[in-house]
Amino acid sequence: MRDVAVVSFAQAPNLRADRERNEVEIVMPVVREALDSVGLEQSDIGFTVSGSCDYLTGVPFSFVMALDAVGAWPPIEESHVEMDGAWALYEAWVRLQHGDIDTALIYSFGKTSLTDLDKVMSCQLDPYTLMPLWPGGISLAGLQASAMLAAGTVSEADMAAVASHSREAAQGNPAIPEAEGPADVDELLSRPRVAHPLREHDIAPSTDGAAAIVLVAGDRAAEVCDKPAWISGIDHRVDTHAPGNRDLTTCPSARMAGERAGAGRGGIEVAEVYAPFSHQQLLLASELGLGDGVDINPSGGALAGHTFMVAGLARIGEAARRIHDGTASRVLGHATAGPCLQQNLVCVMEAGR
Amino acid sequence: MAEDPITGIVCPIRLDYTITPGRAQTRFLRGLENGKLLGQRCPATGKVYMPPRGSSPTHGLPTTEEVEVADRGTVTTFCIVNLQFASTVREIPYVCAQILLDGADIPFFFVVQEVDVNEIRMGMRVEAVWKDPSEWGPTLENILFFKPTGEADAPRESYKEHV
Repeated sequence: MRDVAVVSFAQAPNLRADRERNEVEIVMPVVREALDSVGLEQSDIGFTVSGSCDYLTGVPFSFVMALDAVGAWPPIEESHVEMDGAWALYEAWVRLQHGDIDTALIYSFGKTSLTDLDKVMSCQLDPYTLMPLWPGGISLAGLQASAMLAAGTVSEADMAAVASHSREAAQGNPAIPEAEGPADVDELLSRPRVAHPLREHDIAPSTDGAAAIVLVAGDRAAEVCDKPAWISGIDHRVDTHAPGNRDLTTCPSARMAGERAGAGRGGIEVAEVYAPFSHQQLLLASELGLGDGVDINPSGGALAGHTFMVAGLARIGEAARRIHDGTASRVLGHATAGPCLQQNLVCVMEAGR
Repeated sequence: MAEDPITGIVCPIRLDYTITPGRAQTRFLRGLENGKLLGQRCPATGKVYMPPRGSSPTHGLPTTEEVEVADRGTVTTFCIVNLQFASTVREIPYVCAQILLDGADIPFFFVVQEVDVNEIRMGMRVEAVWKDPSEWGPTLENILFFKPTGEADAPRESYKEHV
């Protein structure tokens, strides 16, 4: 395998509703920042790949229009995934393994404020038996939380503790300027339920935003970045599409992706996991083997600001940032997609090759 | 005996959107409100994009300089529509054309009327027919259609880069 490192990460502020800027105007400065911080131009990039969802934009092929933000002339080698940008990063990592290019730009964007994300989440379900019921992402996550509570693997206080930590951590993150104020567990538990058993703090607020990452392979990574975050393992796995066919109290795909990416080898100092619901962070911590010594979601995580299609790429970026700034030497970034943590991607990064 | 196969089910889907035009297109729409067509210039190449989307697609740079372009231009290519689409209220056949407005570097799409469909041709000079100013809003619907100006055709050299 060829050594590949995350050398830069940039993200737009996660805003509840960016009514001023369109997608291109949100993406453009983020891509520029990611390239500028490592002294690269678009013409230096061997492969460009993005992740986004046309259902959010309400425009077919919206990802083609987003290329206006990149500068795609003369024609560039380019790809897109209709998934979170973390899967675009995976494609870029595979592309860099070919060995003929050394650099890749990954970006993703999501404007959840244009429509109802919960309805969009229904549209990804089985079209014959489940989607016509319009269960929505929140209701399905509620079923999962109920199953976990009934199994005794989590408590409502555990869930509130995740939310409380997220809110406190997000106060220090400039990328989440509209984070909810800090609140302790008792206070959160006194609030009403939104979708049983979930309370407002258990559900990530939908936001608008974008993120970009630059990957560089081999010796060139150290030329553009003092402390590259070397990808020591990356893997993604999928559970069955039908939530009814799963034991929702477990997440075999996350466990397997974690094992194959090397999460279980220990030594993870910081983990950024994409959990749009509080109970899912607890399930992921268990399946990925993240013990008490691991700092989970010091950015505040998706629970503080959830830009659909971006949150997974941002988790990898936030984790890599801890290596870039020298505060950690082994970190984990996680992304999810589909209902109830159906698909999971794990990216383990280290300070040394 | 085998049951009749079910060959389809109907699952109505409706998603509502509130589109954000963005800063560049907001300025474009405000221009339309005043009967102006505002393009934006690429800082690297000088090319004027109309309608603008806030960036130069060739360079990925913000386009901050506003440029008013003319409401007349040259047909670079066209299509004669002979089918009635569900959303159209026009009499068929009618003409859709790519029109390179004077001062713009990218053609834009509009309907051409007051022309015999057998007369439409590349290089034909056309101009916008606007609604009465009292009806103007922040929308391209302020322009009803384009029609021939009667000028001599533009030489192919002047638009061949845009075909």
